[in-house]
Amino acid sequence: MFTGVDFWPHKKIFPIMDVRRTFVSITIGMFLASVAILATKGLNFGIDFKGGSLFEIQAKSQDGKPGVLDIGELRQKVGALGLGDVQIQQLDKASDALIRIEQQKVQEGQDPERAQQAAAEKVQAALGENIEIRRTEVVGSAVSGELKWAGIMAVTFAMLGILFYIWFRFEWQFAVAAIIATVHDITITLGVFSLLNMDFGLSEVAALLTLAGYSINDTVVVFDRIRENLRRYKKMALDQLMNLSINETMSRTVLTSGTTLLAVLSIYVFGTEVIKGFAFAMLFGIIIGTWSSIFVASPFLLWIGVKRDWSGIAKSDKATAAAATARS
Amino acid sequence: MLHFSRFKIGIVAIVCLWGVLATLPNLLSSETLRYWPGFLPSSQLKLGLDLKGGAHLLLQMDADELRKDWLKTLRGDVRKQLLDAKIKHTIGQSGNVLRVKAVEAAESAEVYRLLQALPQPLGNAFVGTSGYDLEATQASDGFVDIGPTAAGMTERLSHAASAAIEVIRRRIDAFGNIEPIIVRQGTDRILVQVPGFDDTATLKKLIGQTARLTFHDVHNTMTAEEARQTRVPIGYVIHPDQEDTTRELLLKETPVVYGEDLVDAQPGFDQNTNEPIISFRFNQKAAREFARFSSQNVGRPFAIVLDNGVIEKKLADGSIEKTRDVKVVSDPVIREPILGGSGQISGNFTVEEASNLAVQLRSGALPTTLTIIEERTVGPSLGADSIEAGEMAAIVGGFGVAGFMIFAYGLFGIFALGAVLFNLLLIVGTMSAIGSTLTLPGIAGLILTVGMAVDANVLIYERIREEMRNGKQPISAIDSGFSRAFATIIDSNLTTLIAGIVMFWLGSGPIRGFAVTLSLGIFATVFTAFLVTRLMVAIWVARQKTRKIPAPL
Repeated sequence: MFTGVDFWPHKKIFPIMDVRRTFVSITIGMFLASVAILATKGLNFGIDFKGGSLFEIQAKSQDGKPGVLDIGELRQKVGALGLGDVQIQQLDKASDALIRIEQQKVQEGQDPERAQQAAAEKVQAALGENIEIRRTEVVGSAVSGELKWAGIMAVTFAMLGILFYIWFRFEWQFAVAAIIATVHDITITLGVFSLLNMDFGLSEVAALLTLAGYSINDTVVVFDRIRENLRRYKKMALDQLMNLSINETMSRTVLTSGTTLLAVLSIYVFGTEVIKGFAFAMLFGIIIGTWSSIFVASPFLLWIGVKRDWSGIAKSDKATAAAATARS
Repeated sequence: MLHFSRFKIGIVAIVCLWGVLATLPNLLSSETLRYWPGFLPSSQLKLGLDLKGGAHLLLQMDADELRKDWLKTLRGDVRKQLLDAKIKHTIGQSGNVLRVKAVEAAESAEVYRLLQALPQPLGNAFVGTSGYDLEATQASDGFVDIGPTAAGMTERLSHAASAAIEVIRRRIDAFGNIEPIIVRQGTDRILVQVPGFDDTATLKKLIGQTARLTFHDVHNTMTAEEARQTRVPIGYVIHPDQEDTTRELLLKETPVVYGEDLVDAQPGFDQNTNEPIISFRFNQKAAREFARFSSQNVGRPFAIVLDNGVIEKKLADGSIEKTRDVKVVSDPVIREPILGGSGQISGNFTVEEASNLAVQLRSGALPTTLTIIEERTVGPSLGADSIEAGEMAAIVGGFGVAGFMIFAYGLFGIFALGAVLFNLLLIVGTMSAIGSTLTLPGIAGLILTVGMAVDANVLIYERIREEMRNGKQPISAIDSGFSRAFATIIDSNLTTLIAGIVMFWLGSGPIRGFAVTLSLGIFATVFTAFLVTRLMVAIWVARQKTRKIPAPL
């Protein structure tokens, strides 16, 4: 029977905790760089949060099949409408492009929502016969403000929920270390979005939340093992014990990240424009989440310190473990 | 951990079978589905707008306009109340209240008493009331202030919303074969979603018709020109004729009947003159009003006024002028009292005008102006591309993960894939059964679930290998592998579930779709990893002929 290839060098124990200062320095460097770029350059908010209009268009040739888009001509046509900041972005296919129009500025007494609609209609009229509008998004200022607020609330509440759950299941030290790791992941992902000037919209917030869940998931697996080892090796030095726990779970962490990465990579490669930003956030988030659960969460837990005596806690867990041992 | 009671096996089998049966209708055409036995689940997964194509419009009601309209009618009511009591008075306005003052100071207590009759109790008569729609207070400076209460305004807004939803539904239904989803959002918004229909220009035109019809009394002695030269009497307004805008009419500002009160309007031809007409019918309340009005005014004209809403016009100096486009559609003469609540309008219409006006009358008028504050449309071709891309990603991602699992775990890897397959069937089956919508982020959620579902199995298998490295026999290694991985899997999945629930709670549209698949995926993952994989492993162990089973991993 084929039992699979166990490619992981289980015998080797990587001395991760010994060089934790190096990893933590790298990670703090990345974190500060992200904060700096977010503070100076800021995020390139999509129309979900900024308001404005977006059109995904496709040029059609005579026979109705996708043709070739003349970006220069398009730029001229749309630019001539005088709608403020207009961005035109060629997509992967020669026939496809995105047009972004900024939130329309209005004079006193004019309704901004109506101005926004009027601008969108102007663009639609200017495009002409041979261009098919495949997707339209017009978001007014009221809605964009609310969506922004909802996004901030979503991330905050998700973090709080996770914090309390880990506090409840472990100890507060674990919860704090896990949240530090997650804030780190989210900040660096945002930093990359800012650096690459990528659109940040509602689906990217969903990606951030998923990545928060995913990264915590990874961290919890390591913490779970630390807790188990704390009960088993009552005398082992804390840094050694953590190192052992990280190493014991590393094959699982790498394998899982590998499969999830494969799944998300296929979304990124084959996905349409709508889902690209989402997939990118996930792709990057899985990598940074795996990094943080191995190299960031445990060193912080060590610095915060954990209680050594777990004998009285979680009796039921111990009982099941004992039962499992007894049966074997 | 490897022992399963028959009962438990039965439950697992039933759940998995249900997953298969609930997913199956999605693979069948609606034609075949007709022969599908009635006791089996038959609902198909609904595709979201981003996959099917369609339009999504979020409309904002104008609460200010509602308030202004209300104050306008209130002004008429107040005047009527005080005139009936023969009290001379002035009515001013300050913010959201009308300030009423009796000319004779001695009568101000009487004014207060009379105006206190105007507020109506709110809410349902059976449940009891929660206050009044209006509030009259006696101010210290001799004025009586009367205006809407906050609760009254909320109720009016909510009535306006349901009326607007009805009107939009009727207009879209009248347009043809499309199935809109129209719901109220928050206090003053309406969400319109029309799957499979991306012609927003038409849709906006249908929704955007703010045309409002009202029936007015025409001033019986003064003409509009006379009023222009002297002054417009209080309570009257001047509106131009639709055909000939130089011709103006002097009308009473408060309408006799509102267009909302029409229950039917049909185009037709006059039997005598053969000219196009519109025959109409009022509801009971309006019929009574109109009967009273028409019997008092036989031989005199009344005016049908069409209010097209606010129009913005750019002037030569670049500034914006806002005007209300109000026209008199027709001013027929009342030939005889209209008692039964039905009548006909004739007014030099062409056949087309008559039928257009009839449609507008029939579908009713919107109770308030609606502004589009969010618009998202996806053309059907892009939706099809998205589905294709999603399928491609699922196939490639699925095969990649499958290859990876078989490479890493051999036969047990295949068990894990079986569990992941049931996992997907359970998610899709549940989504079909509860009528949830599949969106593009939803597909991403499904693919992500595959990645994460594998994680549960990886945790278990890695633990089994570890136990074996520590010198345990295969069976006991399998046993403790499952039991020890359990707590970890619960902890790690629950944290993701928290994120999923928050997304569902705060998210809108596509994010919700993603949250639903992600959250369902977590339940399905825990179920399949713990029961389906374990059952397969248990069967494998039971089928081993030798007592000492070979190393499984």
